[in-house]
Amino acid sequence: MGPRSSHIALIPDVDQIRNETGFSEASLLRLYGRFQTLDRNKKGFLSRTDLQQIGALAVNPLGDRIIDSFFLDGSQQVDFAGFARVLAHFRPVDEEEAATRDPKDPEPLNSRMNKLRFAFQLYDLDRDGKISRNEMLQVLRLMVGVQVTDEQLESITDRTVQEADEDGDGAVSFLEFTKSLEKMNIEQKMSIRILK
Amino acid sequence: MLRTTLLLLCLPLAGAGATEEPTQESGSLGEPPPGLALFRWQWHEVEAPYLVALWILVASLAKIASRVQAGLLDFLLFGSLISAVDPVAVLAVFEEVHVNETLFIIVFGESLLNDAVTVVLYKVCNSFVEMGSANVQATDYMKGVASLFVVSLGGAAVGLVFAFLLALTTRFTKRVRIIEPLLVFLLAYAAYLTAEMASLSAILAVTMCGLGCKKYVEANISHKSRTAVKYTMKTLASCAETVIFMLLGISAVDSSKWAWDSGLVLGTLFFILFFRALGVVLQTWVLNQFRLVPLDKIDQVVMSYGGLRGAVAFALVILLDRTKVPAKDYFVATTIVVVFFTVIVQGLTIKPLVKWLKVKRSEHHKPTLNQELHEHTFDHILAAVEDVVGHHGYHYWRDRWEQFDKKYLSQLLMRRSAYRIRDQIWDVYYRLNIRDAISFVDQGGHVLSSTGLTLPSMPSRNSMAETSVTNLLRESGSGACLDLQVIDTVRSGRDREDAVMHHLLCGGLYKPRRRYKASCGRHFISEDAQERQDKEVFQQNMKRRLESFKSTKHNICFTKNKPRTRKAGHKKKDGMANAEATLEKPRDLGFQDTAAVILTVESEEEEESDSSETEKEDDEGIIFVARATSEVLQEGKISGSFEVCPSPRIIPPSPTCAEKELPWKSGQGDLAVYVSSETTKIVPVDMQTGWNQSISSLESLASPPCTQAPTLTCLPPHPLGIEEPQVPLDLSADPRSSFAFPPSLAKAGRSRSESSADLPQQQELQPLMGHKDHTHLSPGTANSHWCIQFNRGGRL
Repeated sequence: MGPRSSHIALIPDVDQIRNETGFSEASLLRLYGRFQTLDRNKKGFLSRTDLQQIGALAVNPLGDRIIDSFFLDGSQQVDFAGFARVLAHFRPVDEEEAATRDPKDPEPLNSRMNKLRFAFQLYDLDRDGKISRNEMLQVLRLMVGVQVTDEQLESITDRTVQEADEDGDGAVSFLEFTKSLEKMNIEQKMSIRILK
Repeated sequence: MLRTTLLLLCLPLAGAGATEEPTQESGSLGEPPPGLALFRWQWHEVEAPYLVALWILVASLAKIASRVQAGLLDFLLFGSLISAVDPVAVLAVFEEVHVNETLFIIVFGESLLNDAVTVVLYKVCNSFVEMGSANVQATDYMKGVASLFVVSLGGAAVGLVFAFLLALTTRFTKRVRIIEPLLVFLLAYAAYLTAEMASLSAILAVTMCGLGCKKYVEANISHKSRTAVKYTMKTLASCAETVIFMLLGISAVDSSKWAWDSGLVLGTLFFILFFRALGVVLQTWVLNQFRLVPLDKIDQVVMSYGGLRGAVAFALVILLDRTKVPAKDYFVATTIVVVFFTVIVQGLTIKPLVKWLKVKRSEHHKPTLNQELHEHTFDHILAAVEDVVGHHGYHYWRDRWEQFDKKYLSQLLMRRSAYRIRDQIWDVYYRLNIRDAISFVDQGGHVLSSTGLTLPSMPSRNSMAETSVTNLLRESGSGACLDLQVIDTVRSGRDREDAVMHHLLCGGLYKPRRRYKASCGRHFISEDAQERQDKEVFQQNMKRRLESFKSTKHNICFTKNKPRTRKAGHKKKDGMANAEATLEKPRDLGFQDTAAVILTVESEEEEESDSSETEKEDDEGIIFVARATSEVLQEGKISGSFEVCPSPRIIPPSPTCAEKELPWKSGQGDLAVYVSSETTKIVPVDMQTGWNQSISSLESLASPPCTQAPTLTCLPPHPLGIEEPQVPLDLSADPRSSFAFPPSLAKAGRSRSESSADLPQQQELQPLMGHKDHTHLSPGTANSHWCIQFNRGGRL
């Protein structure tokens, strides 16, 4: 929410973005303001260094991965549309909207499947569609405190993969990932209220 | 007061009626009724007088109904004490109902924090009443409002200070575990008293004390202290609650304490329901602007219906001063009725209501590693995204708090060893493993090891803590809660750990029979996919652990198991000792595998630093687990005084009938024995000194050998008889039985002596046989009849 953009028309391609992401005007304005604040040199797009400037992100164990998720397909810059698209995953799910949606339309970015897909991508670094044991191990190493030894970490990894893996290939595919989280209230857990 | 309220309500009606009149008259003119109407609605004609008459009627009714003489302040006082929701009643009811957590937290949290408000309001109004309504000035109202904040925040601050103190002191109580419950009680009570002393909210102080210190104290104090605190508190709470409700009941019966006034009672009942609903609706509307998941209508209904009044209201009304508040008796009666009504009627009907409205219930699902892991990941993801968006929302602050906690608070307040192992994902993993181990043992499952050992199935899980019983009940789907006030502990890992120890060691000690897995047994549950998967997981984990834990690194951890196992009796001690001994000589024993299995679970959790030394010294006796053969024995360790008995040889006799009865001795034929005979022939080097000692002690007739000889572990003799049957010189293990033998073994020892009566050197044995029911050998016989039964149980 910055003093620089107070009018929605200043945002390029605003209608298309709004259709894709489903954000309200207020949210889009706020996001645009934030985008401009992050974009120090006013390039019109964000690079990795811009995002890394955010202090708290540096201490976050998954900070790097989140930053990478903004830059799709190896590009080094992200424009506002891409920025909004990624953040649209965290928009709270609106019950009425979900009910009145036309089933032929593509799923909105903040549907449960898409949220899960986003999370899956954070685990699956090599983008092969599966979370291999190594990838799981890396995530666990980030998540579990330093007090656990390596062997124990390996056991935990094995156990985790075994729990989720149904077809026995030693890796967790997207469907298995979804299934293991079916009891969790993803719509609530992966939503930020301010992005309504 | 009641009158004026009713009057006020009627005023708008009258006003509306008055203004309507002129318009009605003009509107009704041009409409002649069709035909002859038998009945017409002539409201507009009688409107004004009707309303006036109604007004007067209601006012007079109120006048008749209410005889209470009380002013505005008195009613304010009454209102302050009757409107507070009681945490005890709410807790009791909601515990049974199991609504979803959000709802529970809202109602219960409200009732807890309500206490501060109630107390403040009550005190303020009380002091106003005492001052007299004429003397109250505007500044007093401001002061009243300010005191609300002072009292509640001050009480919370006092509580937090004591929480800090408590957490800090429990960090250092490792060596004096016994004072831990005492510390908890005293400091919590001190928080209460301090807040009372400063006329702050004492209840809030105690609540915040508990909230603030729980995490650290739980990690610091021992498991037993935790149990002690939990159940003592529950008992005390239960007693206090019972006493106060008894007082309520007695006061209800004792009519000298109250005076009935129908108007007041009925009015109060109606208004508390109505205004509570109104308040809930208004406040939820405000709250929903800030919530991610809004509170819907059903939640609001439950919230307003779940507002039970209880003992606090009653206590406060009893405390009123009759000279200052002349209407006290009416208030007491009303309070009693209100409390009864809300607790009984609302309390009983809330469960069917919740079911009917299909309120979301709390889900108790089994913890899975995946969920735990992903929950943590999502938390971090969301915190990161909040940073990107630039919004300092819930996740951001939570993350910040957790970091602060990890860096400073936990290090300061938690014991170092507890701090090191605290991790939620690890906890889930640990718990899952314990659960697997227990279910495995229960089903008589096969521990996957190269020897094909089977562990005997344990008959019952009675030794497990009752938290698991509640879990069982819950898992089996019944809604019954054994104990209304049981709240499952978070860390049941320790109970389970102990249970696993118990089970596996019990199984580990005796020679197990090979059990044929019954197709339908009392404890056999048919396998399904989940079971198979669990088993597979378990087996693979076990295999992996075996490989990793064969290293000597973990040998030191073994001794820590002794204090735990000691409580279960000496059998376990022997078992553990054997474990230690055998592990020092790595051999492919199935027994070893078992021991490793046991110990892995243990060692991961144990503190490595301090405890091991002292405990090691306590338990470490010299354990003889060797088998001496004739050559060894004759090797010069035998001194002259042994002429009486020429060759102390060990010879395990063939099992006697009595021995056959012993559970671990039957079914021997099939058992693969993994103690190779060579190993048992040699007295290990480190035990030779002990051997020497014991021999030399025999020379001195002064003292019975038991005091000088090292502890002997005498396990059942090896059934696959190795040596020629010679005289088993029974020391009969009688002195040993007092500390090394379970009683049945002592019997076995004695029966051995019986059976060997027929052997050649009978005459030596006879005196011994005469002593067979003594538990101590007299010195005279001791030295001559020595059978040092060093047997190693080959298969445990």
